[in-house]
Amino acid sequence: MKLFKYLLAIFFVLNLNSLNAQEDSLQSKITKNLRCLICQGQSVYDSDSEFADSIKILVKKKISEGESEKQIYGYLKDKYGEWILYEPQFGKKTYFLWLLPILMFVLGGAIILKIFYLKKN
Amino acid sequence: MKSKTLPTFLITIFIIIFYIFYKGLQNPNIYTPDVNIKKDIPNFKTKVFDTNNIINSNEIFKENKFYLVNIWASWCAPCRDEHIFLMKLYKQKNLEIIGINYKDKNDNAKSFLNELSNPYKLILSDQDGTIAIEWGAYGVPETFLVYERKIIKKIIGPINNNSLLEIQKLIK
Repeated sequence: MKLFKYLLAIFFVLNLNSLNAQEDSLQSKITKNLRCLICQGQSVYDSDSEFADSIKILVKKKISEGESEKQIYGYLKDKYGEWILYEPQFGKKTYFLWLLPILMFVLGGAIILKIFYLKKN
Repeated sequence: MKSKTLPTFLITIFIIIFYIFYKGLQNPNIYTPDVNIKKDIPNFKTKVFDTNNIINSNEIFKENKFYLVNIWASWCAPCRDEHIFLMKLYKQKNLEIIGINYKDKNDNAKSFLNELSNPYKLILSDQDGTIAIEWGAYGVPETFLVYERKIIKKIIGPINNNSLLEIQKLIK
């Protein structure tokens, strides 16, 4: 019985550690995709500025409150605008940015096919 | 005729893309925050400066009244420069100044106010900087003019003569 209790305690501690590690990796993932608005070319993750430090604390708080990655991005986008996100979301202002590579790929493919078809004939 | 379609099409596409990127080059690449947006004030709970009382933002901001929310710290040199303007605004009858003490030591903040005098009706404590983030602030000093629970003006950096006149005009 004693052994079982010890095993249970070890299992609990390990589980807690893995949960913390998961939260930390999510925090890193989110802060790496956030632009430090007062720094030159640095993400919130890389910066040690007061602004970045506060954002890191806030992201950590929001994760522990159970908010999802999308909710946190949405919250910060509402406060600071789209610019805070390194990866812009699909929207009115960014549809061209997202669709251009696909359009180029399709057009390029069509041109190659056409040339191939012309040569064959 | 048929063989000319493809080059014409390619050139047209190239010109369109070139035009879009050329236009994009002319856009300023320096981030300029919008200072004239009408946004709702955030809901938050925080400690009142130098006490252990917790206050909810709903208890602070009432309708039909102008509030000036000023984020400041004793270690911030521009906060010292803008203090004279805050003291001028303190005399305005229809305006209440709320301070948010940002990442500061209580003793230093108290001596800052003793030295330059206190224009704030209420001071909130923001030890980890998250209340400033709730307001969408970038650092200290930063000031928000609030009316009917909406931010009607945002001043990034210290208040100067121009912003003082602008605030006075808005609260008339």
